[in-house]
Amino acid sequence: MTIKLNGDPHEIPGPVSISALLDQLAIDGRRVAVELNLAVVKKAAYDSSVIKEGDEVEIVNFVGGG
Amino acid sequence: MSDLVIAGRTFRSRLIVGTGKYPSHSIMRAAHEASGADMVTVAVRRVDITRKTESLLDYIDTSKIFLLPNTAACYTADDAIRTARLGREAGMSNWVKLEVIGDEKTLFPDTEGLLEATRVLVKEGFIVLPYTNDDPVVCRKLADAGAAAVMPLGAPIGSGLGIQNPNNIRIIKAQATVPVIVDAGVGTASDAAVAMELGADGVLMNTAIAGAQDPVAMARAMRLAVEAGRLAYLAGRIPRKSYATASSPLHGVIGS
Repeated sequence: MTIKLNGDPHEIPGPVSISALLDQLAIDGRRVAVELNLAVVKKAAYDSSVIKEGDEVEIVNFVGGG
Repeated sequence: MSDLVIAGRTFRSRLIVGTGKYPSHSIMRAAHEASGADMVTVAVRRVDITRKTESLLDYIDTSKIFLLPNTAACYTADDAIRTARLGREAGMSNWVKLEVIGDEKTLFPDTEGLLEATRVLVKEGFIVLPYTNDDPVVCRKLADAGAAAVMPLGAPIGSGLGIQNPNNIRIIKAQATVPVIVDAGVGTASDAAVAMELGADGVLMNTAIAGAQDPVAMARAMRLAVEAGRLAYLAGRIPRKSYATASSPLHGVIGS
């Protein structure tokens, strides 16, 4: 199934939790923030929030800035 | 010299520095150390999922340095609000350096959008530090809207032009009910000292340090300049006069 990840189409085998997606991408969940369909998902809800076909996911972190 | 207090949180340094545009992360870390800053700004951006990049946070000791996420490059209140919410979740603090940009070339703030975003974020419990024009009326409105500090620009971001409208900064400080941080426009140490001599409670800069030929040396210069400017402000400078007043006694000059 296809989701939109950070603005681009992204293929995943089927519905997954945010935790599972982060694992697949080898991203440390403690250092990022995740938005699912424009709503920020609290870290405590990463296991219970399921990403479905067509969902829009944003994964952000801190970079250098002023 | 007293500490900088914003929204009940105490900072030992009145210099706030950025984390962007350094030649390397290790030079950034050394510059942070030399600056004495205990608050640094960071940007919120998409994770690069195609390749592993070094984490900025590996180079910031967050037990000593407080992270202030910004909403840089947001051109609408909605985007800035969204970015602030993401920054809060990524950093686990409710502080935000709020930017709503109104023009690509000057990066001047869209003060209408800035006020709107400030109101929304304050209501959501954020500690909002808005980057704004050097406009005393807008600064007053931001404070009235619940901003924890106001951060008027000295000059356009990254321009290094120094404080372009010193009188406005003085007026903003004179009427302020919250701390005033001069944010952006500093080019060299004397600019930072001028900002502090005008009464600013602090100075925020990125490019002036990161873009200097020797960022670590410039960070130390800025630290000293901010301290010197603050001390001069507290000491109370002499009035400006058009003509000389002799420093040595006129009495007892030989040959008279």
